[in-house]
Formats: sequence, C-alpha cells, structure tokens
Amino acid sequence: MDFAGAFAWDNVVFILKGLLVTLEVALISIVLSFVIGCILAIVQYAKIPVLSHIVATWVEIIRNLPLLLLIMFTYIALPDIGIKLDPFVSTVVALTVFESAMLAEIVRGGLRSIEKGQIEAARSSGLTYVQTLWHIVLPQALRSMVPPTVSQFISLLKDTSLATAIALPELVHNMSIVKSQNVNYTLPAFLLATMLYLIVNFALSIVSRRLELRRA
Amino acid sequence: MIDFSILTKYSDFYMKGLGNVIEACLIAMAGSFVLGTIIAVFRIAPMRWLNAIGALYVEVIRNIPLLMVVYGFYLLPPVFGMSAVDGFKSGTLGLIVYTASYIAEAVRAGILAVPKGQTEAARASGLTYIQTMRYIVLPQAIRIVIPPIGNQFLNIVKNSAILGVIAGFDLMYYADKISSDTFQYFSPYLFVALLYLVLTIPISFGVKYLERKFSKAR
Amino acid sequence: MVKSFKRMSVLSLVAVFMVVLALAGCGNSQTPAPAAGGDKSAPKAEAPKTDAAQPAAAGGLDEIKKRGKLVVGVKYDTFLFGFKNPSSGQVEGFDVDMAKAIAKKIFGDESKLELKEVTSNTRIPMLQKGDIDAIIATMTITDERKQQVDFTDVYFKAGQALLVKKGSPIKSIADIKKGVKVLGAKGSTSVKNIAQKAPDATILEFNNYQDAFAALKAGQGDALTTDNAILYGMAKQDPNYQVVGGIFTDEPYGIAVKKGNTDLQKTINDLLKEMKQDGSYDKMYEKWIGEKPSK
Repeated sequence: MDFAGAFAWDNVVFILKGLLVTLEVALISIVLSFVIGCILAIVQYAKIPVLSHIVATWVEIIRNLPLLLLIMFTYIALPDIGIKLDPFVSTVVALTVFESAMLAEIVRGGLRSIEKGQIEAARSSGLTYVQTLWHIVLPQALRSMVPPTVSQFISLLKDTSLATAIALPELVHNMSIVKSQNVNYTLPAFLLATMLYLIVNFALSIVSRRLELRRA
Repeated sequence: MIDFSILTKYSDFYMKGLGNVIEACLIAMAGSFVLGTIIAVFRIAPMRWLNAIGALYVEVIRNIPLLMVVYGFYLLPPVFGMSAVDGFKSGTLGLIVYTASYIAEAVRAGILAVPKGQTEAARASGLTYIQTMRYIVLPQAIRIVIPPIGNQFLNIVKNSAILGVIAGFDLMYYADKISSDTFQYFSPYLFVALLYLVLTIPISFGVKYLERKFSKAR
Repeated sequence: MVKSFKRMSVLSLVAVFMVVLALAGCGNSQTPAPAAGGDKSAPKAEAPKTDAAQPAAAGGLDEIKKRGKLVVGVKYDTFLFGFKNPSSGQVEGFDVDMAKAIAKKIFGDESKLELKEVTSNTRIPMLQKGDIDAIIATMTITDERKQQVDFTDVYFKAGQALLVKKGSPIKSIADIKKGVKVLGAKGSTSVKNIAQKAPDATILEFNNYQDAFAALKAGQGDALTTDNAILYGMAKQDPNYQVVGGIFTDEPYGIAVKKGNTDLQKTINDLLKEMKQDGSYDKMYEKWIGEKPSK
C-alpha cells in the first residue's frame, strides 16, 4: 500500500477531474430526463387514444432493460443505422432515455395522487384541460415528486460509472488509470473514488430529507 | 436492418450468456434476500452497536455505484494477499452486497409496519427476541415486503449486465463477441435486449400484480 | 383495475410479438429482414460481411492521406504501453511511440496523429466501423481475432518470462529445479507451460498476477511467471525485482487494421522491418521496457 504515492497531487487532481465529468454528465442527463419524463407521464395521464398506449409500452420496455445495454447500444450499435455519437453524448442520450422512463413512473404516481374532485372543480369553474393540468395538477404533483426525484438523481449519478465501459473519462475511468501505475495504488485510488461518491451522494440525500421535512 | 440469421448462427453463444445471467441472478436473489434480512434485523435490534453497523452498511452501499462494489471484489482481494475472484463471481457477489442494502430497507419498513403491541405481547409471554422475530414479526412483514423485494429482484436482472464489464460471460459479454465476429452491431445487441425483456417483463408484471393484490387486501 | 389490465395486455402483446419475431427469425434464417425504416438503411452498406474477400481495401491508406492524419486506438490504462499520465495529461508508452512512428512513416510528421482511447469492449467495434485506422493496444494475435481483424507482423514479442528478486540464483528457466517455488495464475497457459518446461518445480497457483506478485514479495515463492509485458511493469514499480532469462513461450502482440486494409498493413510491416534494422526499434524498446529486446 502506498498512500503517499497514490495521493500525489497530480493523481488526486486527475481523479477530481473525473468526478467533474461524472457530475456534468449527471446534471445534463437529469435535467433532460426530468423534462422528457414529465412529458411522457402527462401523455400517459391524459389518455390520448393510441399515443398513450405507445408511450406506456415504450416506458415499460425501457424500464425493463439494463442501462449498460442502452449505453453500449447507443455507442456501438446506433452507428450501424447511421447515428454516430461520441462517448459523452452517447452516455447522456442513454442515461436520458433510461432515466426519463424511470422518472415518468414517478411523475405519473404524483399526478395520480391528485384528487379527482379538484380537477372536476377546476374544469367546472371554466379552466380548460391544459390550464387545469398546468395550474392545478402539476404544481401539486411536482411537490410530492421532489424526494423520489432526488433519489433518482442519486441513482443516475451512480449509473454514470457504467460509461467507463465506453471510455468516458469519468470518476471510475480516471481511478482505473491512477491505480494502473502501481499495484500499491489500487486500494488508495479505490478508497478515494468511493469517498467522493459517498460525499456527493450524502449531500444529495441530506437535501432530499430537508425537502421532505419541509413538505410535512 | 435486422439480421435474423445471427440468432440461429450464434444461438449457442446467446444460450450460454442467458444461462449465465440466470445463474448469477438466482444466486444473487437468494444471497441478497438473506443478507438484506440480516441487515434489517441489525437495524432494529435492541442493541445500539448492531443498529450502527446496519445503518452504516445501508448508507455506504446505497451511495456508491454498483460498479465500485463489484470492483471491490474484483480488484481488492489480491491487494490484501488473498486469491483473486473471477468476473462471474465478483459480479455476483457485488450484486448480492449491493442489492442487500435495498432489500434491508424494504424489510425494515415491513417489520416496523407490524404493530409494536404484538412484539411486546410476545416478549411478555416469554419468547426471546430472536423467537419473536422468527415466529411473530418476520412472517407478517414478509407479506408487506414482497412487492418491493420483487422490484429489487427485477433490478438484479437488469444490473447483472455489469458482468459484461468484467468479462463475466453474460449476455453483454457474448453480444460483444458476436458483434466482433459478424461485423454487425445493431442486430446482436437488439437480440440481447429481447432476451433481457423475456426475463424482466414477467417479473415486472408479477410485481405489479402482487402490489395490487396486497394493497387491496389492506 | 380494468384500465391497468388493458395496459398489461397491450404490453404482453408487444412482448409476445417480439418473441414471435425472434422465433420466426430462427425458423427461416435465410429470409431477409423486414425492411423497417427503409430510408435509414443506406449507411449500413459500410458494414462489411464476414467474408475476407472484400473489395480491395475501400478507404485504406489513400483515405488516411487525404484526411491528413492517422487515427489510432490505444489504451489509456496500460502502464508502459498506452497510459495517460495524470501529471502531464499526455498519453505515453510503447504503443503510443509505435503510433507516432507510423504517422511519421506516412506523413513524415509524427504529430499528424490522433489517439483515441479504446477499451477491450470497444476496440474491435471502433476499428470495424472505421472510427480508428489501427489498434495498438497490447493485443495478442490469436486465430479467433484473425477472423475479426487483420494483424501486422509482431510489434512486441510478448511471452512468458520469470520475475525474481534481485540477486536471486535463478537466472533462467534452466535454474528452475526441484524445490523451487514458482508462482503463477490459476488455470492459465503460463502455469501449464512452466509445468511442462520445469517439471520438478513446485507450482503455487493464484487467481491473478497482482495476487501472485504480492505473494512473491511476501516470500511465498522464488519466482513469478506470466507475460513479460506484465512482469516489466511490476519490475518498474518495485526496483527490487527483475525479469530474467528472456521469454520461453510465444504470445506476440500485433497491430490490428481493418480487414482488407492491406496497404496500411504493408506500410506498417515495412516500417517494423526498417525500425528493427536501423536500431530505432531497440531504442524505443529500451526507453519503455528498461532493457534491450531479447534476440
């Protein structure tokens, strides 16, 4: 074990750079998947004849596939049909497709928790369907969705590690490079990466708990 | 666009991959259920230090990626002078340890849902803590926790793809191999996706069915 | 209840449909696939078929020259071969210098080179798709891989060797006599080889080389045997240990090019010959490996 050597300034900075890429990918993906997840959920909720069924089927299929498969598929298989993406974009696309389906289920649950009476009251007081959704249903649903969304964000942040398989220079990838210099660097590099994940995710779960408390 | 001949030509590889996925998942399901239940009991046992161990386990494991847990089994044993673990085994062990933290939380919630009065009555009538758990609390808790545990089993199947990263001879590994042999990527990976769906869709439906059944019963 | 039942039935229909599709594919494998999304099928033409008899090197050396740079796939996490140095941010190693030499041969300028990181999951796909022109990533030439890519001549003679503590009486495979403890990786060909070449040795098997190295340091054995490329890396990490006696098996590393890209293959083979003659290969070898290549 050589902690001093492994934690040389350059190595630590290199691993932190990996964390930065992890955070960047996670942030972009969570924003995109939240927006898309809301759209998918609203389409399902609104019971548009054929479209709602297609979306429901899509969500169910994606939710039941391994994320690693989606990442590999996006990076390696899509070029076969003429879509070529670099590791960064591939990861964002795969994560967004996967997590938006997961979030769609959360949002749908939030929407369904709104009492029917409120909607009927809003409609009878002259609001259109879209207005009812936008002003009455969504704001309430969003509030109840915050904690599960934060925990989904934690999962997403953890899931970015899979992109190491397609050489995205994220945290695990940079850890692997640091540890490969020397057998004695394995444990220190591993511990540092683990600690970084823990710190970031603990911070997020504390935020999530705060939000939950405020709601109650 | 979709080359079905690959499916027949490489059916051996697909079947081998599928077999290994099923094996890893069954072991991981049994293992994570047992370990998760133990951790859950730790968390609510009337001993502070056991509570602390249980809480530490759950908080740490839930906040690090599965890949790091798997790497823990894959990279670290040699560092401590132990013999190393191959891809299939470290992947399966990683799945057990990782999923156990989620199952522990589900089981704990289930146990806490059993009214306290029952536990106190059982203890008062002379049962030990372990007997109370074994005969009174756990049988009731199991029913409440079956749907969330089913969800975790579904996650095990999906997460088992991680074996492909460490050459664990699963479906992902063979998808890679078939692609390299055929110079085609779209079809081999699409078929692997279908095979995963064959495994996951029934579990997903089963969980939804149980969720409805148990929520109606209460 | 009714609604969710309806939804479930739609989903199960889709699932059944997919399985039927898959099974139908099994039944008549020769029928062409249904033309789904016909407008997007055009780029598929670039995916070559398994037959080696491909139209003579579509997009070979000419395309590289026209593009003005060579694109090579290397690993970033293989110490001494392809390694991204956390201090400098530069990718360096034997494989990288090899790539530079090829760029210099083609363009007269070693900077006309783009390195792309590959992993063992992505290196063959990237080559087959034309994302990279060559793979230089400690890749052993095997019959199985020859179906997937074309290899150049050997650029690094990897093979089994011995690692011992400096000052050890063991100088080569001939010194492995009765009572000598040799450490190796469980079930590996290297263990089989040593059992054959030194039948009197006591062999202790570990599951991988990192583990075996830890055991060697702990004094559990007299020599460690595996690929020399790995042993040189260990010797660099810990100067108390050295590789002795040259290689006694053959697991050569080759540079992979896309199947049918014969002109790039030939260019690299010519270069390898030149470099071995003018001594620049030996220099490069010594720079990274720390000694001259064994003859």
